[in-house]
Amino acid sequence: MVDAHPFLPNLEDETIERMLKQVKAASVADLFSDIPEGLRLRRRLSIPEGQGEAMVRRELHGRLGRNSTPPDSLCFLGGGVWPHYIPAAVDSILSRQEFYTAYTPYQPEISQGMLQALFEYQSMMCDLLGMQVCNSSMYDWASAAGEAMRMAARVKKRSTVLVSKGIGLGRLEVIKTYAEPMDVKLQPVEFDSKTGELDLASLRSILSGGGGDVAALYLENPNVFGVIEENAESAIEMVHAAGGLAVVGVNPISLSVLRDPGSYGADIVVGEGQPLGVPMNFGGPHMGIFAVKDIGLARSMPGRLIGMTTTKDGTQKAFCMVLQTREQHIRREAATSNICTNQALLALAGAAYMSLLGKNGFKKLGEVNLANSHYAAERLGELKRVKAPLFSGPFFNEFTLGYERRKASEVFAELAKRGVMGGYPMSQHSAQIGEAGAYCVTEVHSSEDIGRLVDAVGEAL
Amino acid sequence: MDGATPRAPGRRYRQAFWDEPLLSEIGRKGRLGFLVPEDPKIKDWARAKGGAPLVPQTLRRGGDTPLPELSELQVLRHFNRLSQMNFSVETGMYPLGSCTMKYNPKVSEAIASSPKMREAHPLQHDSTVQGLLQVFYELSGMLCEIAGMKKFALNTAAGAQGEFAGVLMIRKYLRDKGRGERTEILVPDSAHGTNPASAAMAGFEVVKVPSNESGLVTIESVKAKLTPRTAGMMLTVPNTLGLFEPDVAEISKAVHEAGGLMYYDGANMNALLGKARPGDMGFDVVHLNLHKTFATPHGGGGPGAGPVGATVELEDYLPVPMVEKAGDEYRLDYERPKSIGRLKGFYANSAILLRAYCYIRLLGADGLDNVSSLAVLGANYILSKLDTQGYSIPVGGGIRRKHEAVVSVKGGHGGAGKIAKALLDYGVHSPTVYFPLTVEEALMIEPTETETVESLDDYAEILNSLFEKLKAGELDDEPKNTSVGRIDEVKASHPLTLKVRW
Repeated sequence: MVDAHPFLPNLEDETIERMLKQVKAASVADLFSDIPEGLRLRRRLSIPEGQGEAMVRRELHGRLGRNSTPPDSLCFLGGGVWPHYIPAAVDSILSRQEFYTAYTPYQPEISQGMLQALFEYQSMMCDLLGMQVCNSSMYDWASAAGEAMRMAARVKKRSTVLVSKGIGLGRLEVIKTYAEPMDVKLQPVEFDSKTGELDLASLRSILSGGGGDVAALYLENPNVFGVIEENAESAIEMVHAAGGLAVVGVNPISLSVLRDPGSYGADIVVGEGQPLGVPMNFGGPHMGIFAVKDIGLARSMPGRLIGMTTTKDGTQKAFCMVLQTREQHIRREAATSNICTNQALLALAGAAYMSLLGKNGFKKLGEVNLANSHYAAERLGELKRVKAPLFSGPFFNEFTLGYERRKASEVFAELAKRGVMGGYPMSQHSAQIGEAGAYCVTEVHSSEDIGRLVDAVGEAL
Repeated sequence: MDGATPRAPGRRYRQAFWDEPLLSEIGRKGRLGFLVPEDPKIKDWARAKGGAPLVPQTLRRGGDTPLPELSELQVLRHFNRLSQMNFSVETGMYPLGSCTMKYNPKVSEAIASSPKMREAHPLQHDSTVQGLLQVFYELSGMLCEIAGMKKFALNTAAGAQGEFAGVLMIRKYLRDKGRGERTEILVPDSAHGTNPASAAMAGFEVVKVPSNESGLVTIESVKAKLTPRTAGMMLTVPNTLGLFEPDVAEISKAVHEAGGLMYYDGANMNALLGKARPGDMGFDVVHLNLHKTFATPHGGGGPGAGPVGATVELEDYLPVPMVEKAGDEYRLDYERPKSIGRLKGFYANSAILLRAYCYIRLLGADGLDNVSSLAVLGANYILSKLDTQGYSIPVGGGIRRKHEAVVSVKGGHGGAGKIAKALLDYGVHSPTVYFPLTVEEALMIEPTETETVESLDDYAEILNSLFEKLKAGELDDEPKNTSVGRIDEVKASHPLTLKVRW
């Protein structure tokens, strides 16, 4: 036994003796005597000795100091994780231990706070997306998209899913992993190499070959090139005509100014909640959005749902988890998904963020993102040997820059050396694109930051 | 509510109640809680464009953004009041079985709130995140040592996603070995619901293995289910009854001999740190729940993290990307051709990994071993304090419990549910109820090593007194001292209650 430890209140010898006596055991080792001899670890774990928090903090401070992050460098990367300012009030709310040290509200009477917060997240998100039912979060956008593909195949009893080639590669990979065990076939829909938008002709030709097995079309809007899908509505009409579902992936911040997916026909909306008050955190934890257009589809959806009700005596509004018969703890192998722990705390961040920004702040945020990104694209376009933006389609806060001479991977590395994270290489996405990098510009970037970006790109070229 | 406050034992408690309106019911035109930064130079630039729209009008949202209008203080009061209506580990004892609701170190929160963590973008060049990659590389090594595995992938977002990854690895491995006809996964009847759900998601048929009268899976019951179609078995050790499975090594051997693989559900690893390792028991694939054993906060229902470990046979199948080290350089490796692929859009729940790493460093080898010693001592202690008049040990009476204990409330008729609700009135959380499914009127108690012996005494005393009240028919209307009384869950399942406006 270690001498003393702040997390272990019963370490003291007398306490242990008293407890051992109560359980009628001769020693602590005695408590493990049911583990067969041959399976007991006969040595110490080969892990460093424990240290007090002051030492651990100092060491980690040094370790993490080797990372280059804002404010010591600039971040112009996007692609599904975006740099946004997080209001101090959001952090304050998230740091309430009453929220973050609780667990899933299995006992609703003593967990009304988290339940109401999640219900409000669901409500605001539904309004923003133009959907009727939103769950209380998935792991991230990619797994939400993967689950949506599975759900579509299940609901439609069909086994082909059409996937736009304008989606993020990480998400495509996750969709593949989720779809493969169901034998769901993924069929790509081309993009227009001039506009960067989904190619309706490609979709038409796939569907004309008999769309009878098409369970769904998945597209992202704005897409991975940053381009807003002007033809989303037409594409969705086509897939509906073939009897399939339309699944749309979104950056929720874009819906500050852009039409909501419900208004152009989406049946399922997925997306990444990270820009709503969640740090980038080197990839997670983030927050997957999953919403459906009606209650019929809700019965087949994965994830936790919170509903509003009253107390039994009818005197007080109250909240609890609902439609749990879809879930693994009740349905086991027949559940709609295996998900249980999700990202509740980050849905709370989303609720706090949306309520702080509010009607006018959220719209303003969208306008500033639009202005800053278009300003940056114009300034970058003044450089020689680039095409900015590479695609002619309209964009929100991300765009793709084409390079005439340099390799995108070299530009990316050169920029990093200059303390500018940006220009994630897009060449791997499709041979059609050539050498190009992706840039994201938001409200966190000032005109001076953008000036530094332009200078760095100029030098890297 | 007057007169309802419970007398001794336990302390008097009344949870806050605010009758807090919905956000959509408060607010006033023109208010906002945050000023969006706007660069004057860019503003001028936009103005000089003469208001030409940056995106076509047809793509724009018509009308207002559908969000409330509140001041910053209004928003803070709203959520702070809600927080007061939420029970948590730092409020009181929370012995929710199988969830390991232990203390979450504050210093881990402080470290994870560094801008060097928060502001790191997952697509940054590897050379600019060497500090983080080093932490993850070391964490992976430490988890290997703890679980007896060859390699750990850290990139799964939760325990259930770790399970999904693990069974996909088994599937792909078997297919590569020309054994793709093996489509059955054995799962004990006492397993967590995620086990059968994960296996089914990965395309397997689930074969239920009954546990015996002692709550254990026996070698005979496993052998009876092995067929040429067996792909493997998922097993939780100690199991959901808190019992170590004594036949585990023989079971592993039998499953292997039959051509299958062994999957370890690490939900209950808090019992075994430094005591025994799944790798030594014959498991091929393992997941660990960092939000349970490794003290990262449960977040009111997530986020967690569920790293997956594998033996040398299966390490190539782990999900990508992996953190690799070459010389002094760390990098993310995506080029692993046998891998099952990706489960997360971006690397991992990195900020959770960092907290788990801090926890391991704060405890060290001896501290971790003590964690399991005291978790097991605590569970056995509370069990020994329960009045056998009211609570029976349903199975395995003579066997030591590990980190948790399951008791059955005598008398039937929903007694476990009534006791669970009544407990809330004493400022403590209930155990997990009605699980495992193999036990009637089950209460599954996992006190964890961070609870004082005084808390354990109190909790046992409250439970004992509540059984008396149950017998007297006095527990039909509890809880009374929580923010709200007993909830009508049937009404909530009405489809029109899932959002504010329809």
